[in-house]
Amino acid sequence: MQMNRGLAFFTFLVFLFLLGPLLIISVTSFEGGSVLKFPPEHLSFKWYLNIFDVQMFISTFKTSIIVSLMGNLFALVLGIPAAYALSRFDFKGKKLLDAVFISPILIPGIVLGFSFLRYIVGTYQLPIYTALFIGHTIIMLPFIIRVISSSLSNFDFSIEEAAESLGASKVKTFFIVVLPNIKSGILAAVMIAFLESFNNVDISVFMTGPGISTFPIQMLTYVENYFDPTIAAISVLLMVITAFFMFMVERLMGLSYFTKR
Amino acid sequence: MKTRYMYLLMLPGILFLTVFMIIPIVLTIGTTFTDGSGITLDGYLTFLKDRYFLDILFTTLRVSLLTTLICIILGFPAAYYISKLGGRMKAVLLLLTIFPLLTSSVVRSFSWMIIIGRNGLLNKMLLGMGIIHEPLDILYTPTAIIIGLVHLFLPLLIVSLVGVMENIQHDLLEAAESLGASKAIVFLKVVLPLCVPGLVIGSILVFVGSFTAYTTPALLGGKQRVISTFMYQNAITLNDWQVASIVATIMIVITFAVIACMNALARKLNPKG
Repeated sequence: MQMNRGLAFFTFLVFLFLLGPLLIISVTSFEGGSVLKFPPEHLSFKWYLNIFDVQMFISTFKTSIIVSLMGNLFALVLGIPAAYALSRFDFKGKKLLDAVFISPILIPGIVLGFSFLRYIVGTYQLPIYTALFIGHTIIMLPFIIRVISSSLSNFDFSIEEAAESLGASKVKTFFIVVLPNIKSGILAAVMIAFLESFNNVDISVFMTGPGISTFPIQMLTYVENYFDPTIAAISVLLMVITAFFMFMVERLMGLSYFTKR
Repeated sequence: MKTRYMYLLMLPGILFLTVFMIIPIVLTIGTTFTDGSGITLDGYLTFLKDRYFLDILFTTLRVSLLTTLICIILGFPAAYYISKLGGRMKAVLLLLTIFPLLTSSVVRSFSWMIIIGRNGLLNKMLLGMGIIHEPLDILYTPTAIIIGLVHLFLPLLIVSLVGVMENIQHDLLEAAESLGASKAIVFLKVVLPLCVPGLVIGSILVFVGSFTAYTTPALLGGKQRVISTFMYQNAITLNDWQVASIVATIMIVITFAVIACMNALARKLNPKG
């Protein structure tokens, strides 16, 4: 009992360390003065309004949303069939192919970003915007495949066999039987992948050009030049979005995905 | 027939990754071994003699190692506590662990600038309490990078550990205790070995993540370079793609060496897993 209480207190301190800074940044966003302060001296929403005055925040926010959504769509098209094949069958080279599909997580992001800049923008001569989109598709792919595979592992494939034995074609079975059953897994995958892409710095930092940048990169640039509470206000908005997405993922498939490796 | 159909399903993804990821990376590594006329290791040799670069490499390794150790020290007890909780409380604590994990690294690093800066919260508190008389210079040092990285990766270690700890059967612990083992012995001989897979995966994620992290050192490290910010500087600011490629290759080699070593260690400690 004594030990348990000690452990509980220790855990409390760990959570204080994890969440305290996020709480502090939230509180400072309401500072009315021009310098970040904790606790704030005068309460005000003016830095929230300032977000909308900085044109670059608006345009990079749009870029980030478009790149994440388009990349997500493309990653789904590539990832759903792959996730299905990887979880449905056992075959030669499965381990290797599995590793290839997970590799974008293992290769250092900053190395990926640089090789994109050097070869996709440099040698392949693709426009920066396309390169940005391809890069984000690649980093979303492992998350899409992992979450959907984990959803497929709960699917009873005998239902699929039943449909086929009743005369449905493979393709028809997939769309009518399999897909609706993993719908919530797909939605959860989309949300997790979206957050990964939207928050990505390592790859995006190489993919900026005239008039092209992403939201986190714009935040980094802003922090280098100003130390006012705008970033704190943005942080609060981002945390609200994150909390909403997390709530949705929890509803759709629970949080077991995160603890399963 | 069936096999061919499966490979076909994976083909688009594999092709996409090959063209846009594998080939660019292999080419990046490949160029570091030539000087335009033939195969050479000169690039690496000049590097391994360069004190400035070695300094950055060892700082990065030290920072990553310390981050991993601190994450284990903080994360292991917390994960153990979470895994022993039941129902609602456990779900809440897991939500609170995953929330920071999904929050932007820019936001999380920036929050530490407010806390550990020269005029930050920590200095104000310590000065106010009379514990220190001069503000501490923590921001823009390796210590600041370590604090930021622990904050970034601790949730990752906790969720990895909770994952394996959940699967430990409590009958097993009771059996050991009924056979006369003390709580401490049960922990050391039963709980700890069963946690090894989670501990290894979690540590790999933390170490590799810290070793290659860009945002946190860029914001909290100031002039203190680590290997990723050094690579970025060479690629973008100095436009020296050859040096950047060599650094990229060194990062890949160290990353995969660490993963391989840790996996080998895991097999040794836990032959069944």
